[in-house]
Amino acid sequence: MATLKTLVYLILYPGLLFIFFYSTFAEWYDRKLYARFQNRMGPTHTGRAGVLQPIADFIKLMSKEDIVPERADRGLFRALPAFGLAIVSVGMLLLPLWNYNLASSSPISFSGDIVVLLYLLSLPTFIFFLAGWSSTNLFSTVGATRVLTMLFGYEVPLFLTVLTPAILANSWRLAEIAAFYRQQPLLALLNLPAFIIALICVQAKLERTPFDIPHAETEIVGGTFTEYSGKKLALFRLMMDVELVVASGLLATVFLGGFPGGLLPGLINFIIKTLLVISLLSLLRATTSRIRVDQVIALSWRYLAPLAVLQLVVIILVKGLI
Amino acid sequence: MSFEIPIGPQHPALKEPVGIRVTVDGEIIREADLRLGYNHRGVEKLAEQKTWTQNIYLMERICGICSHSHATCYVQGVEKLMEIEPPKRGLYIRILVSELERVHSHLLWLGVAGHEAGFDSFFMYVWRDREIVMDILETISGNRVHYGINAIGGVRRDLDEMQIKHILDSLEVLRQRSAYYEKLGTTEPSFVARLAGVGYLSKEEAISLCAVGPTLRASGVPMDVRKDDPYAVYGEVPFEVCTAETCDVLGRTVVRIKELMQSYNIIEFLLKNLPAGPIAVRAPRRAKPNEVVSRYEAPRGENIHYIKSNGSDKPERVKVRAPTLANYAATIKMLKNGFIADVPLIFAAIDPCICCAERSVAIVDARTEQEKIVTMSSLRELSLKMTKHQARKREAEWPL
Repeated sequence: MATLKTLVYLILYPGLLFIFFYSTFAEWYDRKLYARFQNRMGPTHTGRAGVLQPIADFIKLMSKEDIVPERADRGLFRALPAFGLAIVSVGMLLLPLWNYNLASSSPISFSGDIVVLLYLLSLPTFIFFLAGWSSTNLFSTVGATRVLTMLFGYEVPLFLTVLTPAILANSWRLAEIAAFYRQQPLLALLNLPAFIIALICVQAKLERTPFDIPHAETEIVGGTFTEYSGKKLALFRLMMDVELVVASGLLATVFLGGFPGGLLPGLINFIIKTLLVISLLSLLRATTSRIRVDQVIALSWRYLAPLAVLQLVVIILVKGLI
Repeated sequence: MSFEIPIGPQHPALKEPVGIRVTVDGEIIREADLRLGYNHRGVEKLAEQKTWTQNIYLMERICGICSHSHATCYVQGVEKLMEIEPPKRGLYIRILVSELERVHSHLLWLGVAGHEAGFDSFFMYVWRDREIVMDILETISGNRVHYGINAIGGVRRDLDEMQIKHILDSLEVLRQRSAYYEKLGTTEPSFVARLAGVGYLSKEEAISLCAVGPTLRASGVPMDVRKDDPYAVYGEVPFEVCTAETCDVLGRTVVRIKELMQSYNIIEFLLKNLPAGPIAVRAPRRAKPNEVVSRYEAPRGENIHYIKSNGSDKPERVKVRAPTLANYAATIKMLKNGFIADVPLIFAAIDPCICCAERSVAIVDARTEQEKIVTMSSLRELSLKMTKHQARKREAEWPL
């Protein structure tokens, strides 16, 4: 029975199948919303209101010619897309979507899983860096260095702000943090500044405008993905979609009270809350222009990191009071 | 570690083929070099084989954005050669179209600037509203891009009351939208952060490097052919020359938005004071042997046509100095010591029209990097040499 449950968990829900369909849906939602913000139609043709468009894109890319550059590090170049997808998919399993049961500490919900999830969200950045570096293309190399430069900017404020609610909830377990804020919703309001900073950092982590610097089309063509094509590019795109879902799921768990209620209500909670976070990310994407990589560092260390520390201090003081 | 990054001839930031070689040190550009000649079409040579009237339509096709600029510049020169004076109403309509073209070109540029800076929402909104002016141009001339409105000695189409009303109504919408874009383009923090201080070109450098148009005016030099050497009816139209003092891409944006507002005023003035009368006079078939230089303020800057006639119905020489060509030297200066991220913005800020400015073909050996300029006669020799042993077309057997 336990084996069956694990298999269902890995393959069906919230495993690969659910990840695939929900992340493509999230991509469609993001694209549609972004298009409507820009007074465009967005995808309309495939499926109802174009909802199947990301899947169609995925299938099309899978069937395209797949080129590996002669000078690239072939092994690394081939392995990276699969590794990246695997890493972010594991991150999806750690979200307290089904394993919200506080009583039992299972292999996928344990004390400290928030740190593991943050770690799993950091790895894709290195995957992108290695992808750019191993292609040995000039544009990829510039993109790869930009990935790493940006990492030094947003990573610290992101960790600080995501761990702030954990400190107030006095737990390092995602399910417990979510449960704490469900019981005391007013305390969640205290984390609002942290939520805003975390949104900006997640936007940077996902490399979306205004932080789409590593693959800024008008500057360095495809950036890190310049040499990628066909199946590998399809996997990378899927990986970015999954990363979007996992990152917004993390924010929804930590700041918005998680996904309680078991199978169906939990799923509905998950969809509503992640879509809310994705909407905010889309709004940010639509209303800003791309900034330079030096401006990212300046923004992070001048504003985001000090504000995150300030928030942390406030939270520690509040914790002393209650 | 410094290395060379080739931007172009094929690059997403460039709408037309041009090569920019930048030598970078990390993210900072140390050297920049332009390579031209990917889009040479031989328009000037072709112009020598066509009649004066046929050439209007050829000149219009030098550029897709400032098509009217080239056609008008040419027509003005030919009118001087033929010593004919177009009627007032014809000139008013000609200038009306040229101001509308300026509006559509500047709106297009604003959108492109948004796109180059990664501000796609701005791009989408501006281009949506650009459709209004495209519709106006279509009601006047029947075409969106190549208006074909010019004739030697006037214009080809008249305006009626309905059209004037339509233009004035649409103008109100455009005014409101442009005021909104002015606010957005000069106050949105992330957009301004990308534009301010980028591509610095001081007043002295702008003058010594012969920059023209908004690039020059953004460096604080109030130079505009419409004011300095008024052609057509610009002498009687009230308008101001817009300048900015910031000398950067933000200044060029501001200048263009201000010029939009001026253009709306000019259009309104022209429509409200449109004189009655004929729109064109009959032009002779031939021009006396003479030569003329025609100047015209295109949306991108000063456009110069040199036309020489030998008494026949065809020009002996037509030489085009497009505004983009004049701005290339300044571009190299602006690119140096900037960031890679700013290359598309700086280059786009001169509003380059590459095919306007192509004059010659340089052949570069890919292995040795040796460069040589190819003349027409040597091209012909090469072609003969290469095809000597091939069967002539009509003697060739299928499959070729």
